[in-house]
Amino acid sequence: MSTLEVSPVEPSSGPTGPSLVNDFSLQVATVNGSGSQTANSVLMRAILQMGIPVSGKNMFPSNIAGLPTWFTIRASRHGYIGRRKEIDFLVAMNPETAQEDVRKLEAGAGVVYDEPLKLSQIRSDLHFYPVPFDKLVGPVCSEPKLRKLVRNMIYDGVVANLLSIEMEEVRQALVKQFGPKKAKAADLNWRAAQTGFDYAAKTFTKTDACRVERSNQTAGKIIIDGNAACALGAMFAGVSFVAWYPITPSSSLVETLIGYMRRFRTDPETGKASYAIVQAEDELASIGMCLGAGWAGARAMTATAGPGVSLMSEFVGLGYYAETPAVIINVERVGPSTGLPTRTQQADILTTATLSHGDTKHPMIFPASPEECFRYTIDAFDLAARFQTPVFVMSDLDLGMNNWMADAFPYPSKPIDRGKVLTAEDLERAGGFARYADVDGDGVGWRTLPGTNHPQAAYFTRGSGHNEKAQYTEREDDYIRNMDRLAHKFDVMRGHVPQPVVEAAEGAEVGLIAFGTSDYAVRESRDQLLAEYGIAASYFRLRAYPFSSDLAEFIARHQRVYVVEQNRDGQMLGLMRLELAADLIAKLRSVRYYGGLPLDARTVTDDVVAQEGKK
Amino acid sequence: MSTTVTPPPKKTNRLGLEVLSYKGSKTTLCAGCGHNAISERIVECFYEVGVNPWNVAKFSGIGCSSKSPAYFLGLSHGFNAVHGRMPAIATGALMANRNLVGLGVSGDGDTASIGLGQFMHMLRRNVRLIYLIENNGVYGLTKGQFSATADLGSTLKTGIPNELPPFDCCALALHWGATFVARSFSGDKKQLQAILKAAISHRGLSVIDVISPCVTFNDHEGSTKSYSYMKDHEEPLHQLDYVPFQDDIAIELPEGETTEVELHDGSRLRIRKLGRDFDPTDRIAALAALDQAEAAGEVLTGVLYVNTSKPTFDDMLQLDDTPLALLPDAKLRPSPAVLEQAMEELR
Repeated sequence: MSTLEVSPVEPSSGPTGPSLVNDFSLQVATVNGSGSQTANSVLMRAILQMGIPVSGKNMFPSNIAGLPTWFTIRASRHGYIGRRKEIDFLVAMNPETAQEDVRKLEAGAGVVYDEPLKLSQIRSDLHFYPVPFDKLVGPVCSEPKLRKLVRNMIYDGVVANLLSIEMEEVRQALVKQFGPKKAKAADLNWRAAQTGFDYAAKTFTKTDACRVERSNQTAGKIIIDGNAACALGAMFAGVSFVAWYPITPSSSLVETLIGYMRRFRTDPETGKASYAIVQAEDELASIGMCLGAGWAGARAMTATAGPGVSLMSEFVGLGYYAETPAVIINVERVGPSTGLPTRTQQADILTTATLSHGDTKHPMIFPASPEECFRYTIDAFDLAARFQTPVFVMSDLDLGMNNWMADAFPYPSKPIDRGKVLTAEDLERAGGFARYADVDGDGVGWRTLPGTNHPQAAYFTRGSGHNEKAQYTEREDDYIRNMDRLAHKFDVMRGHVPQPVVEAAEGAEVGLIAFGTSDYAVRESRDQLLAEYGIAASYFRLRAYPFSSDLAEFIARHQRVYVVEQNRDGQMLGLMRLELAADLIAKLRSVRYYGGLPLDARTVTDDVVAQEGKK
Repeated sequence: MSTTVTPPPKKTNRLGLEVLSYKGSKTTLCAGCGHNAISERIVECFYEVGVNPWNVAKFSGIGCSSKSPAYFLGLSHGFNAVHGRMPAIATGALMANRNLVGLGVSGDGDTASIGLGQFMHMLRRNVRLIYLIENNGVYGLTKGQFSATADLGSTLKTGIPNELPPFDCCALALHWGATFVARSFSGDKKQLQAILKAAISHRGLSVIDVISPCVTFNDHEGSTKSYSYMKDHEEPLHQLDYVPFQDDIAIELPEGETTEVELHDGSRLRIRKLGRDFDPTDRIAALAALDQAEAAGEVLTGVLYVNTSKPTFDDMLQLDDTPLALLPDAKLRPSPAVLEQAMEELR
């Protein structure tokens, strides 16, 4: 192969073709367990450091080593950081999937591939860049064990060269990734990246259209996954008790939390902890411990996923009926049963809303971003304490385990809310209390904590029928009064849960309702609908259940309202049907995606357009 | 001329509280139920040891046994949880407030059937809790089915024999980490009192398995958990006396006949030999004794094991001295500088 100079590429930014400067999706296909995560994170970070909005999606198997995995980096000068189906640039490292990966590419895409894979014959409409990775890695790394890992960093250098990513940014991203304690590893990887860069510089002529150009759209931004954001939220919420059972995709949430709590919530002098974290024997025990701790006055939480929520069912009913605070973060994955543990979905909505037997209702909060993971985890603790009930934070695998570009989190502005708790002094003044009496009209009684130094502090908590004084009862009137108060309490919560974000389009007939991570696809889809089909759509981003009254108003203002969600059965729409008037229900239509990948805009746009009869 | 009648001074304990402060509401269990006797012992023991009732947290699961916390310590907070899951509730509550005196009452179905998993994991953790099993070998509230502690060959009222071997909760407790293990009989007032008081003074998990006959469903001929069976087959390991830490009276102990175990609060458990040599600090010997008793058709009662040195769960977790539930905001929410540091690390 002759040595050619890399010539700058003019972006094809004419009216017909999209410009691929700071606007492309790059996919890396590898085998899991090969250490590609580091190389991919460095690449993503380097692009962010150059000022371009970026997102990373890891599609990985429920397996430790040897199965295919794909990492997709999307750079978008428009700020779109949801998944995009179309791939513009591929790094093909996995022999097993390479052929199919290449076939799926957009015409004109660039392909960096491991030379022995001989991919260039498959298609003639792509730009191929073969790299002899095994030959290049030899001089970089003498240790055969490390070669497999370092090999991946070579493609970082190759890609940096081909996409004009500045190598100084790659170096800084590497230093950040490895930290000061692993300087030697960072150095080894840096040499690998340089090797890749040099090889590409002297070998390839750049012919594809993807390119990075320094911009200024990411100043001050952080890169964080939603699980880490929830963990930080929990720490700043003042969590003092955590019980958990490892389950994908929530495990990293608690593991990250443990790391932060050891650093920042342990007394440096005494070594004493202002928290207890217990790895329980199962999810039944996790939620049980949380309820015990919440009852005794701790700020208690657990994190889990669908199968864990199913197991927690009975205890959550107890929490609802006995009115015990707890925060449950559900990082949703694909069900039913074991389902697809490493794929994403929003399919625990209906089960969670009425989890447990009997009449129950549970508040759910739907964060859509790391900022909201942080903020709403804090809010969930306050809400649980204020309303004395289990509160669910409904994250998902896409949000929880993928890296997101986010604004730095603001320090909480409100003090910690511990809800209605009577002290010994209060009891002395009042001369006693009735645990479940609605003295304030909000359906929430006053409680005391065990250990309160007063002879009138005690009450008996039970999951069996109880009256206002927490005494056992099977009387019809006691039971109904209590259940009605609980329903009233849930109604009052409407005004205290996170409120929706409403973006009304002038004169729009069409409305879109979405929640959680569907937000990215829906925002981009709105732009597509308007630009490509002339459909102006208003947008209601739901952030909590119980619904606020704005929901009915939004639906009333539009002719057709599409509820976009990531499950098969339209669960959120189903939940709305339980509350809304018939004329409003008649306006609802359903857009559902449930394949397990993060929702993309095109899927939403195509479905809405089809239902609108425009295609 | 009138005379002033001075009422006799009311009897109080070391906190100045009367026994009334330790009572609960009226029992709704059957007359003669062993559980009622146990409730009475709890009232007496907490009163006599002088435990502050509003510092006690009562826990239970589901079943006749688990209803009983309403019938004692009415001035204590109580949490009647779900079936077989009391250990989780108790563990959470006792971590949230390490100053509480935890008292859990469970049954044989609640502990050894539906709750076996939580029971076993609680044992591993050595939570500071008195876990009392009111063991009658039968489900009472559902009208007389076998539980997992029913002995092989023991019959239901209908004459149907139990064909599966029982779990011995004391053997489980000895195996997996409880630091105070005892068996008693609801009809043995003096022994149960001594055991319960010692458990109050113990720092760690106490498992007390009390054979507590069900007069309605399991007190018939052919049952191995009946009053008459227990009267014939109970085999006390030793004679027990609880010596409160306040009674610092040195007495002459007969050589070789009596030993003492000092408990966490300075109280002592005085153990008088009854025929056999038995060392309650020897876990393996205790397991062997249970095995031999089973083979001989005896029900061994007494303190099987005491270990006063094993760290408790709250110690292992290095919890703040102040209960977690009572920590001030400043200890719970790190400063803005910490958030800024965390953000900088993510940039």
